[in-house]
Amino acid sequence: MEKVIEVKGLQKSYKNLHVLKGVDFEVEKGCIFALLGSNGAGKTTIVKILTTLLKQDSGTARVNGFDVAANPDAVRGSISLTGQFAAVDEILTGRENLVMIARLRHLEAPRRVAEDLLNRFGLAEAADRRVSTYSGGMRRRLDIAMSLAGKPQLIFLDEPTAGLDPEGRLEVWKTVEELANQGTTVFLTTQYLEEAEQLADRIAILHEGRIIVSGTLAELKKLFPPVKVEYVKKQPSLEEIFLAIIGKKEQKVL
Amino acid sequence: MNQHFFSDMGVMLGRSMRHIFRSLDTIITVTIMPIAMMLLFVYVFGGAIRSGTDHYVNYLLPGILLMAIASGIAYTSYRLFMDMQRGIFERFHSMPIAPSTPLWGHVLTSLVSNTISVIVIILVALLMGFRSPAGVWSWLAVAGILALFTLALTWIAAIAGLSAKTVDGAGAFAYPLIFLPFVSSAFVPTESMPPVVRAFAEHQPVTSIVETIRALLSNRPVGSEIWVALAWCVGVILVAYFFAMKVYKNRV
Repeated sequence: MEKVIEVKGLQKSYKNLHVLKGVDFEVEKGCIFALLGSNGAGKTTIVKILTTLLKQDSGTARVNGFDVAANPDAVRGSISLTGQFAAVDEILTGRENLVMIARLRHLEAPRRVAEDLLNRFGLAEAADRRVSTYSGGMRRRLDIAMSLAGKPQLIFLDEPTAGLDPEGRLEVWKTVEELANQGTTVFLTTQYLEEAEQLADRIAILHEGRIIVSGTLAELKKLFPPVKVEYVKKQPSLEEIFLAIIGKKEQKVL
Repeated sequence: MNQHFFSDMGVMLGRSMRHIFRSLDTIITVTIMPIAMMLLFVYVFGGAIRSGTDHYVNYLLPGILLMAIASGIAYTSYRLFMDMQRGIFERFHSMPIAPSTPLWGHVLTSLVSNTISVIVIILVALLMGFRSPAGVWSWLAVAGILALFTLALTWIAAIAGLSAKTVDGAGAFAYPLIFLPFVSSAFVPTESMPPVVRAFAEHQPVTSIVETIRALLSNRPVGSEIWVALAWCVGVILVAYFFAMKVYKNRV
């Protein structure tokens, strides 16, 4: 399999804080890769290094075959970042946001690109409203749509569902799955185990500055003792109740 | 610098111009204070001020324009601060565009929006009886000096916007700049001031800029003041640009 991300011995400190103490991992083309870790584990630091926003202290990182430190322009041209905070312009409309990004990526027919993305992300109706009137889920969808202008091969999603309500979270999950189905490689960070379980083909766990384990969900499960079978009467979770009541259950990603 | 620098900058300019036109209150806030000052000084205090010109508004206008620019650049600082706060700068920086493009977009926007408020104020001054015998070249020279003054203050605003910790902090630096014209020859001739204040007033940049613009607008020879004015503007631009870029590189 072709490797789109190769990270070796990555280290980074902020003043006295040694955040990354030698991180190694690889991501294969076309998969959804989840980097799992608690708050402050250094997930965002890794994303920032891989997207050229931050320079590592030592170690190497190659993205789409380009070294992030030596050739940042080539890296930027081949990736897209959806940061931790929705990077949308609130004063512009959804359409204007997309056209702006399409222009900055020097695409032909930026208006058509915007139109396609609006339709694809179910934002056509809200296209000409200012983003400040959007819900959290809509904002995130626009955010991800903006990252897809120009069809990057690799997209980084840094905690894409942080701060979203359950409905918004399902919207984002659905979007991510659709992306992967179309062959885009997705690198996502999350602190929700459930999210990694739901979406990712491969999972890496970042803990105290190192990747302590990585593999497919099945491989990770093997690391634990065999499951003991018990019979428990399943109570619906509050989330299931909530979603059933508001009639959104059919959208749940399975 | 890459081949798309200017088209990228056009996109950035388009973006922030939309911001300005969608919050027209910013243009109103920027122009209303200088216009109020102009009305107050011409119709209330003006009778008591011996400026040596027939119409006090002719004497006053250059200072009012500088004041408007000083309050205009507070918004540049504010917009820059907001962009840093939200994720949008991060997105721009992870894209294949020159890293300084977003910053230059704000600088360009500052020039355009200040041009708009300067024009609005000149129109009001015309209604109040402002007249100038100046020809096209003199007006162009005035426009050039105002543009340099705007750039100088904009780069100072960039430092403030990029290094501020709070929204209030991002705008607060503008107040001393707004009040600088009071301690200059903008409102009253410096001869009437006590020695220490007068020494300050005569050697601070606003006085030389005001005197130059005033001379240009009344078709008098500008003398050496214009060189002092240009030196101040260009000097501040260079120093502020250097520090703003330094802060910018540290922050992104």
